[in-house]
Amino acid sequence: MAGKTLYDKLWDAHLVETREDGTSLIYIDRHIIHEVTSPQAFDGLRMAGRKPWRTDANVATPDHNVPTDHEERKGGIATIVDEVSRIQVKTLDDNCDEFGIKEFKINDHGQGIVHVMGPEQGFTLPGATVVCGDSHTATHGALGCLAHGIGTSEVEHVLATQCLVASKMKNMLVKVDGEMGPGVTAKDIILAIIGKIGTAGGTGYAIEFGGSTLRNLSVEGRMTICNMAIEAGARVGLVGVDEKTIAYIKGRPFAPTGETWDKAVAYWQTLHSDADAHFDAVIEMNAAEIEPYVSWGTSPEMVVPVSGHVPRPEEQADDTRRKGYQRALEYMGLEGGMPVTGIKIDKVFIGSCTNSRIEDLRAAAEVAKGRKKADSIEKVYVVPGSHLVKEQAEAEGLDQIFIEAGMDWREPGCSMCLAMNSDVLGRGEHCASTSNRNFEGRQGAGGRTHLVSPAMAVAAAVTGYITDVRALPPV
Amino acid sequence: MKAFKTHKGIVAPLDLANVDTDMIIPKQFLKAINRTGFGPYLFDEMRYEDEGWYGKDCSKRPLKKDFPLNQPRYQGTSILLARENFGCGSSREHAPWALDDYGIRVIIAPSYADIFYNNCFKNGMLPIILDKELVSGLFAEVAAQEGYELDVDLENQAITTPSGRVIPFELDSFRKHCLLEGLDEIGLTLQSVDKIRAFEVGHRQRQPWMFDAVR
Repeated sequence: MAGKTLYDKLWDAHLVETREDGTSLIYIDRHIIHEVTSPQAFDGLRMAGRKPWRTDANVATPDHNVPTDHEERKGGIATIVDEVSRIQVKTLDDNCDEFGIKEFKINDHGQGIVHVMGPEQGFTLPGATVVCGDSHTATHGALGCLAHGIGTSEVEHVLATQCLVASKMKNMLVKVDGEMGPGVTAKDIILAIIGKIGTAGGTGYAIEFGGSTLRNLSVEGRMTICNMAIEAGARVGLVGVDEKTIAYIKGRPFAPTGETWDKAVAYWQTLHSDADAHFDAVIEMNAAEIEPYVSWGTSPEMVVPVSGHVPRPEEQADDTRRKGYQRALEYMGLEGGMPVTGIKIDKVFIGSCTNSRIEDLRAAAEVAKGRKKADSIEKVYVVPGSHLVKEQAEAEGLDQIFIEAGMDWREPGCSMCLAMNSDVLGRGEHCASTSNRNFEGRQGAGGRTHLVSPAMAVAAAVTGYITDVRALPPV
Repeated sequence: MKAFKTHKGIVAPLDLANVDTDMIIPKQFLKAINRTGFGPYLFDEMRYEDEGWYGKDCSKRPLKKDFPLNQPRYQGTSILLARENFGCGSSREHAPWALDDYGIRVIIAPSYADIFYNNCFKNGMLPIILDKELVSGLFAEVAAQEGYELDVDLENQAITTPSGRVIPFELDSFRKHCLLEGLDEIGLTLQSVDKIRAFEVGHRQRQPWMFDAVR
């Protein structure tokens, strides 16, 4: 009998029952709640007279709507300018108070983007099932847990029953080997993977990321990769547990201690795919061949290496694809065949659950140090993923590097990744962004997003164009 | 949840692959704390010339004439015909809520993003998967005949075209059962309360660190 994949092991460890129709009930260990996808779920509980099954399996924090401007943030909920946003954040507070759920409120020390907060608090643990009403929940899989996004009906279902109705996914292994070149980051690897398999390439699969490149990446880099599994269509991204995972968890607020810690570690060390495990699909990539990547279009699969050109729709054989490319180029205001380094940038966003952790800010600061943003760049938003990340960055003086480079150092939140607060792109503006989605209107109606790594975002800020960070003249 | 048994309605074509949930309902509408009222803002950026926000009166907004839902022949549509990977992107259930509120009861496409597909069933909506060639054929038929309607029968898993051709479709039996009966999935899961409790006791012994850490 073949061995088990990591996904198989996590599934088996949480299987409550399999019904006659083939669906299963899966037990959920960790549920993270934010203000956008939870109000209707709490309403549902109230209407049915239900209570949360376990309060200690939930942690909440507002992130999508919160202002990142220091003044607007200063007074907490009261100073949120947009009334509809203010009501939504207030509703989260009220619901958590009513149902006894632990919440890091808007200006609490623990507040941050849900997918930054969970791991940094040790709420996300290896071997857990982790869900949240947000598709980027795949991020947490970097710690060797089974994590995926859910809709609001499922948020209510988890609150009420501590379970989800699920069907087992297929297993895919994306194996990346080889040494990453200078200036190449986890973000470039995941963009290259999505470019290769497409935005539906992982649909129906749990993707495990493996290979020597992944092993050599930090836990935060692995989170960047798992974060965008959903952009390849996979709800779940995973990385097996190793010593780095365990070192990352140790000492975090909700992590076990003492004898329980030792027992947990012994179990966590089994959380990797067996050598003879069967994968339904295997994709192999060579990291040495991956350059810094840039998206040119309106889907995360529309990416090219920075040395590349915007593709010509007329060269696409498939009819649907050609139409998609034409529409994307029209929306983006670009010509097929132009070099991507010819794309002029108006704003830069460094942040989001993909790239707002301390290592991301360090990588951005390293490029920003001693340089200035181009005059043509209207604004550079640097948005830490959490209060803890912000404090750490300030302790290291990174905020000063950004400020001296003419960039905006801001308060933690989702910010311009999806522009639900006042950080918004104007119509027709191009943004070099470290976020995860370049959909039409994502960062503001008519806004044009180019997905890049933090280092590449700073390079664009410095020159005013999409620029190969490896070719920046030395300071 | 409302039950779904059969449905007959006008088909509107959306000839675009990878329609994402940001297109279906843009982020500014996600600030609302209710489930209803999103219909007027469905496909907001593709549908209107101006910018929309939650609460805006849509009755006098300038329309993008080319967008299918704005064309007279597709008024009153309740079946959306789409291309590959429909509903990709975010997990927002506001996407099926907006489609439902607009009056869409059935979607037909070659493939869907997982989370969106799952969310549809929680809202009494039927997303049907058909072979890519069959979908292309339906696009041609819809274009050729004004007022083109399809008749969808969930129990028999069959679509009937105006010419009387019957197209079968697949779907898993649990989802079919829940839709046909309009079942409350939470209530259904709570029928297994003893099994959940028993699992939890064992789980606590195996992984005690998963319990009581958060207070």
